[in-house]
Amino acid sequence: MLGKLDWSAIPFDQPIPLGAAFAVFLAAAAVLCWISLKGYWPYLWSEWITSVDHKRIGVMYIVLAMLMLLRGFVDAIMMRTQQVLAIHGPGYLPPEHYDQIFSAHGTIMIFFAAMPFMIGLMNFVVPLQLGIRDVAFPTLNSVSFWLTATGALLVNISLVIGEFARTGWLPYAPLSETTYSPGVGVDYYLWSIQISGVGTLLTGVNLVTTILKMRAPGMGYLRMPMFCWTSLASNLLIVAAFPILTATLAMLTLDRYLGFHFFTNEAGGNQMMFVNLIWAWGHPEVYILVLPAFGIFSEIFSTFSSKPLFGYRSMVAATMFICIVSFMVWLHHFFTMGAGADVNAAFGIATSVIAVGTGVKIYNWLFTMYGGRVRFDTPMLWALAFVTTFTIGGMTGVLLAVPPADFVLHNSLFLVAHFHNVIISGVLFGAFAGFTYWFPKAFGFRLHEGWGKAAFWVTLVGYMLVFVPLYIVGLLGMTRRLQHIDMDLWAPWLVVAAFGVLVMIIGAALQIMQLVVSIRHRDKLRDETGDPWDGRSLEWSTSSPPPAFNFARLPHVENEEPYWSIKQRGIKEQSAETETAYDPIEMPRNSPTGFVTAFFSTLIGFALIWHIWWLAIVGFIGAYATFVVFAWRDHGDYEISADEVARIDRHRQAAQLAWLRNWERPA
Amino acid sequence: MTEVGNESGTSETPDRRDSAPGEERITEHEMAGGLSGYLLGFGLAILLTIASFLAAQTNLIYQPAVISALVVLAVAQMGVHLVFFLHLTTGPDNTNNVLALAFGVLIVALVVLGSVWIMAHLDQNMAAMTAHQAGAMP
Repeated sequence: MLGKLDWSAIPFDQPIPLGAAFAVFLAAAAVLCWISLKGYWPYLWSEWITSVDHKRIGVMYIVLAMLMLLRGFVDAIMMRTQQVLAIHGPGYLPPEHYDQIFSAHGTIMIFFAAMPFMIGLMNFVVPLQLGIRDVAFPTLNSVSFWLTATGALLVNISLVIGEFARTGWLPYAPLSETTYSPGVGVDYYLWSIQISGVGTLLTGVNLVTTILKMRAPGMGYLRMPMFCWTSLASNLLIVAAFPILTATLAMLTLDRYLGFHFFTNEAGGNQMMFVNLIWAWGHPEVYILVLPAFGIFSEIFSTFSSKPLFGYRSMVAATMFICIVSFMVWLHHFFTMGAGADVNAAFGIATSVIAVGTGVKIYNWLFTMYGGRVRFDTPMLWALAFVTTFTIGGMTGVLLAVPPADFVLHNSLFLVAHFHNVIISGVLFGAFAGFTYWFPKAFGFRLHEGWGKAAFWVTLVGYMLVFVPLYIVGLLGMTRRLQHIDMDLWAPWLVVAAFGVLVMIIGAALQIMQLVVSIRHRDKLRDETGDPWDGRSLEWSTSSPPPAFNFARLPHVENEEPYWSIKQRGIKEQSAETETAYDPIEMPRNSPTGFVTAFFSTLIGFALIWHIWWLAIVGFIGAYATFVVFAWRDHGDYEISADEVARIDRHRQAAQLAWLRNWERPA
Repeated sequence: MTEVGNESGTSETPDRRDSAPGEERITEHEMAGGLSGYLLGFGLAILLTIASFLAAQTNLIYQPAVISALVVLAVAQMGVHLVFFLHLTTGPDNTNNVLALAFGVLIVALVVLGSVWIMAHLDQNMAAMTAHQAGAMP
């Protein structure tokens, strides 16, 4: 009846996961009780859970990403403290638990923190920057989000029911085959990644279609904001690369469930093919994450330097160059697997060449600041920290791209320090910068600057304190994923790294504090004009938060910085664009399709993990029925009347006109 | 979401770059448009399939060239599908589709050829050993 599931799946003998699960359960129950007591369920259901508005979905993506970021951070804290406490000793985490923690840390951070954060920002910003009302397929967007949430839920269920993979964040065969991983850990990994991967692929299709087909009138490709270009490149990579991941994991699933031999030791399987295929997805994946961040930084450097982006066209070319070349370097993740010098040299050179594209971008950002009036608001601080630390990470990357050097450094903590160095300063700082930058647009008030700057400095210092020592112990020969340590040489550096984690905890606390303080003082931080940063692209031309339809009239785009020219004209002529005639607007109707599909997908995933076949069939039927019901719907749209549009838009015009009259360039 | 196409359509001639997906109308004079286009494509696809079977199962073609002939017929088959069923043309409104196809072909070629190259190289370096050779390894 319940397949492999019985009481032995609950880790009653392990206090740490049980305690953590209990605490999470209590917190979730408290939140649910609070929502019920306040009577917020109808509001949550109709305004958020069933919403197909790209802005709402973007916000939900980011909430999910921040929760998972905290979860992944807790894993990181446990790993760093374990390595300090396990110098000449057992530490507090037994090996099988420690292995699950480093696997969960990587999986959660990449798939459920970094990806949703970037996809959330793209979802929120891209339609606003393109000057349109929503993405191409709004309900599909909701389905994507809820499938991602399903994956995150399954990973977190593994904390208390069963176990998670002990294979590392990429389940290399044959370790991940049933012979060596007989438990449900790898199955949790497979199904949560497959389900959320479908969501990611649908997002890629959705955003590519949106950017290619739905720009505001007059916005040619070379008038799109840089963030839209990098989003396009990133989503093209999603569409091209995620099928490889899906196929590879599907083959591993067949091995584990139906006795196939794709990647096994025996019967003609080839485990090296797994490594090859997973990195054919894995390398484009890092560019899927970092390209949107490059776009965010481009927007921020331009806005806060009060200058157009330097070398816009070279930036576009560099973005598309990275998009293509990112598919030609994957072997550098396994130089040591045994390919000959020809292959290693070709991929090593390709890897060094891809740094040229990034170099072009770095210089463009520097020249954007040169001669500009640079304002050091929090988003700009994150961007400046990015440029400096990312360059260091990039240089260690070029070092690792040299095959002979890689043979020495492979699997060492030097490698771990390198990819954290690029992914934290690239993706995480990009996410924080974008979060601070577009927060006023999403909620109508700014984040508190003082707490934000404090969080920035503390996080930056903590980050350096963690990863500079890891570079050093890597050069001293320490390999990654060690559960205990016997080398006295490494000990002081590991203590420094653990101290750095403590500093980063303070940074995270300050960031939460910033959010709390900003929400409490939101009236003081209110953004009435919709343009808190003296922005240049179209998202700042509408109110904060934007109405459901984004723009009362679709803007007509005449150059690369449409809102900047509208604003300059307005300042010169002391008038806002006055619109008298409004048309009614059709918007997509809310739909529970995404949530219901995800509910059934959760059943499918959980059932397949535990071999509860009847429940999997129920889930499949339910999910398919949801699709059929949606496909046969009668009313997909609702109409916002012209009067309502006029009322909302006149309010915005009045606020902007008042602001123009008192206009003064921000210091 | 159809506002973009509709709005620009009310005042001026619709710019096809700004129309929402699914809004493209197939015009009469397109080669692959309409029911006749589908029937023609279907006919061609059947012909090419029969030709492949004939090439493989009869002696009409010089035997060592059969494989090449099958490859040519397969490429032609793909072309027929792209033109008659996926409506890929060289027209200006089809640039996106052509680029998407080119991108897809490029990525598939990179991944497939790259994987074959890498795996072949591994075989070279790690040739199968006899038990005796393996025993002699350090």
